[in-house]
Amino acid sequence: MSATVAGTGSRFYETAIGKKIVMAVTGVILVGFVFVHMTGNLQVLQGADKINHYAKLLRTSMPLLWTARLVLIASVVLHVRAALQLYALKAAARPVAYAKKAHRGATLASRTMIWSGYTLAIFIVLHILHFTTGTIHTDFVEGDVFHNVTTAFKNPLIAAGYVVMMGFLFMHISHGIFSLTQSLGLSHPRYSAAAKTVARVLAVIIAVGFAAVPVAVFAVIAK
Amino acid sequence: MTRTFSLTLHVWRQKSAKQAGQFAKYIAANVSEHMSFLEMLDVVNQDLLAKGEDPIAFDHDCREGICGSCGFMVNGDAHGGHRGTTICQLHMRHFKDGEELWLEPWRSAAFPIVKDLAVDRGAFDRIIASGGFVSVPTGSAVDGNAIPVPKTEADLAMDAAACIGCGACVAMCPNSAAQLFTAAKVGHLGLLPQGQPERDRRVLAMVGQMTAEGFGHCTSTGECEAVCPKEIPIAFIARMNRDYLEASVKERPQANRGGSG
Repeated sequence: MSATVAGTGSRFYETAIGKKIVMAVTGVILVGFVFVHMTGNLQVLQGADKINHYAKLLRTSMPLLWTARLVLIASVVLHVRAALQLYALKAAARPVAYAKKAHRGATLASRTMIWSGYTLAIFIVLHILHFTTGTIHTDFVEGDVFHNVTTAFKNPLIAAGYVVMMGFLFMHISHGIFSLTQSLGLSHPRYSAAAKTVARVLAVIIAVGFAAVPVAVFAVIAK
Repeated sequence: MTRTFSLTLHVWRQKSAKQAGQFAKYIAANVSEHMSFLEMLDVVNQDLLAKGEDPIAFDHDCREGICGSCGFMVNGDAHGGHRGTTICQLHMRHFKDGEELWLEPWRSAAFPIVKDLAVDRGAFDRIIASGGFVSVPTGSAVDGNAIPVPKTEADLAMDAAACIGCGACVAMCPNSAAQLFTAAKVGHLGLLPQGQPERDRRVLAMVGQMTAEGFGHCTSTGECEAVCPKEIPIAFIARMNRDYLEASVKERPQANRGGSG
């Protein structure tokens, strides 16, 4: 049958658990990033001066900015690589599907992580082309974040699109934050019951915080 | 008065792992509400035998929910989906007259189908053989009570030791992962003092074997704990992951020399 794989340190990544630990660690980094990104974005609500000053602040040191960017890019690459490898493993692990399959307790979010993941990956690429490089922005002014954001969200389709994407982000991280505590073995009877709740609350804060910007911009302009 | 009724069964029939299978339709007439699910199948099989047909193959042994032999899917639920219940302990009173049931074997590449609803769970045996034990020198066994074990740890170890290895966790998991089974075995021994000397080696070997057997990955959906007849929680999976991480970090290169005295 199957040969025994002696679990050695060098084979850490070969196991599904090793890959999940990589996904969990990179997940922590990425959730941390989106949280900070969201709090930064809220300054759009305080007006042009605040947000544009913040944008300038982030670009004070290019080496520092690129260090942060490289950490994020590496995290995304490792996260996606492990996800695709595990998804292939899943397909191989059950070659014949069930004719009927019930669900007991699994949330929709937990069963659709790969799909919310694909969606977010596409969104992230479009989002960078939209607001960072301005490639697909119709009226992009380098450095004037307030202008770029408000002009973009004047379009109800773009504003709605961003809100929908934040729904996917909520789905992905509401399960992801809980799941990473499992992958990293952060389970304890005193705190585990709270882990799912904390994950959902954190996901709501992040998604609503992000969605507040397009909603607010659209509401102000619509008036 | 005993309620009797009839059911329509769609049963997966497959002669061997090599041959293709398909669903066959049977009517189970005169089902008593007091029958267990397996007794209901026994009656169906008697009818098949009387007609000269091949009876439906399924695994079973103790029929009291403690051996781990039985198990298949009923309408997409492992063991029929009742909390803390094996299929042999599932009684027909839970079903209604005229209900249609789809019976399928555990579906996992690591569990090849032997025949019909019976699968080969040898993969679990090989995971146990790789590290699910404690090494005890014979002839010098110490008194059982000589090593103190805190009550809370003993209880937790017992919760994990309750695993009967039926395979419902793998069958129900959307990824065919064997994490709950392996975690129960790793956790059971890892919680006790007798399991400490081999704790790191054990988790590395058992996780390694689980990987080699072709099981999937854990996405923390909780489907396994929901159908586990022994209600083993996924907190044990977190415990195994942590043990695996720690053991991977601490592991030293193995010495190739010495030891023979």
